[in-house]
Amino acid sequence: MPTPTRWFIKTSFVYLALALIAGLLLAARSLFGLTALGGLFPVYIHLLVFGWLTQLVFGVVYWMFPKYSAEKPRGSETLGWWTYALLNVGLALRAIAEPVQSVHPNPFAGWTLVVSAAIQFCAGLTFVLNSWNRVREK
Amino acid sequence: MMPRLSVWFVRASMIYLLAGFTLGALMLAQDGISYAPAVMAVLPVHMEFLLVGWLVQLAMGVAFWIFPRFGLPHSRGNETLIWASCLLLNAGILVVALELWIPAVFLIGRILETGAVIIYAAGLWRRVKPHGT
Ligand code: HEM
Repeated sequence: MPTPTRWFIKTSFVYLALALIAGLLLAARSLFGLTALGGLFPVYIHLLVFGWLTQLVFGVVYWMFPKYSAEKPRGSETLGWWTYALLNVGLALRAIAEPVQSVHPNPFAGWTLVVSAAIQFCAGLTFVLNSWNRVREK
Repeated sequence: MMPRLSVWFVRASMIYLLAGFTLGALMLAQDGISYAPAVMAVLPVHMEFLLVGWLVQLAMGVAFWIFPRFGLPHSRGNETLIWASCLLLNAGILVVALELWIPAVFLIGRILETGAVIIYAAGLWRRVKPHGT
C-alpha cells in the first residue's frame, strides 16, 4: 500500500470518529436545547461524506486503479499529496469556521469559508487530474 | 483490466464530483460572504450529484469491474443490461437536476434512477459469489 494511501485511509478513520462525536453533540443539542452549537449539522454531514467516505475512496483509487505507466504506476505522487493536503486543510477550516459563522457571523470566519471552499474544490480537481488517465481499458 | 463500461461509470462519476464540488464551493462561499443568496437553490442538485452521481455511480462502476467473473473467457454476465443501467442512471441524475427549473420532473428522474438500480442489481446478482465458480 503506497504511503499517500495510508495517510488518506488513516485520516479518513479519524474523520469518521470526529463525525460520530459531532453526531453525539447534535444529539445532546436537541436533548438539552444547546443553541451554542449552531452550524454543526452540515459539518457533521461533510465530516462523513467528504472526510470519511470521499477521502477513503481517494486513497483506495490512488492505490488500486490501473497503472498510469510502468515508471509512474500511480500518476504523480506530488499531485497525490496535494490532494491530501487540500482536502484536509479545506475541510478542517470549514469544520471550524462554519459553526463560528452561524453563531457569531464575522468577516474573518466568513472569508475563511470562502478560502475553504476554494481549497476543497482544488482537492477535487487535483484528484480528478491525477486519476483521469488511469481510468481506461488497460 | 478495466472494462469499457466501468470506464464510463467511473469517468462520469468524476465529472459529477467536479460539478458537485463546484456547487458546494459556491454555496459555502455564500454562507461566508453572502454575495448571491440565490445560489443556495442548488443544494438539492449538489446532494444529487455527489451522493448519486459520484459515490453511488463510482461504486457501481468499480463493482462491475472487480466482482468475480464467470468461467473462461471471464465473462462479466449480461453487459447489455448494465449498459442500460448506466444510461438510465445518468439520464435520471440529469433529469433530477432539471428540478431547479421544472420541479415536477424530479419524480421522473427518481423513477429512472430506481429502474437503473433494479436492473443493475439483477445484472450483477449472480456475480456475488466465490471466485472461480
Ligand atoms: C464529497 C461529497 C459531498 C457530499 C456527498 C455532500 C453532500 C451534502 C449533503 C447531503 C448536504 C445537505 C446537508 C444539509 O441539509 O445541511 C450538503 C450540503 C452542503 N454542502 Fe456538501 N457534500 C459534499 C461535498 C461538499 C464540498 C466539497 C463542499 C464545499 C466545497 C460542500 C458544501 C456544501 C454546502 C455549503 C452545503 C449547504 C449547507 C447549508 O445548508 O448551509 N459539500 N452536502
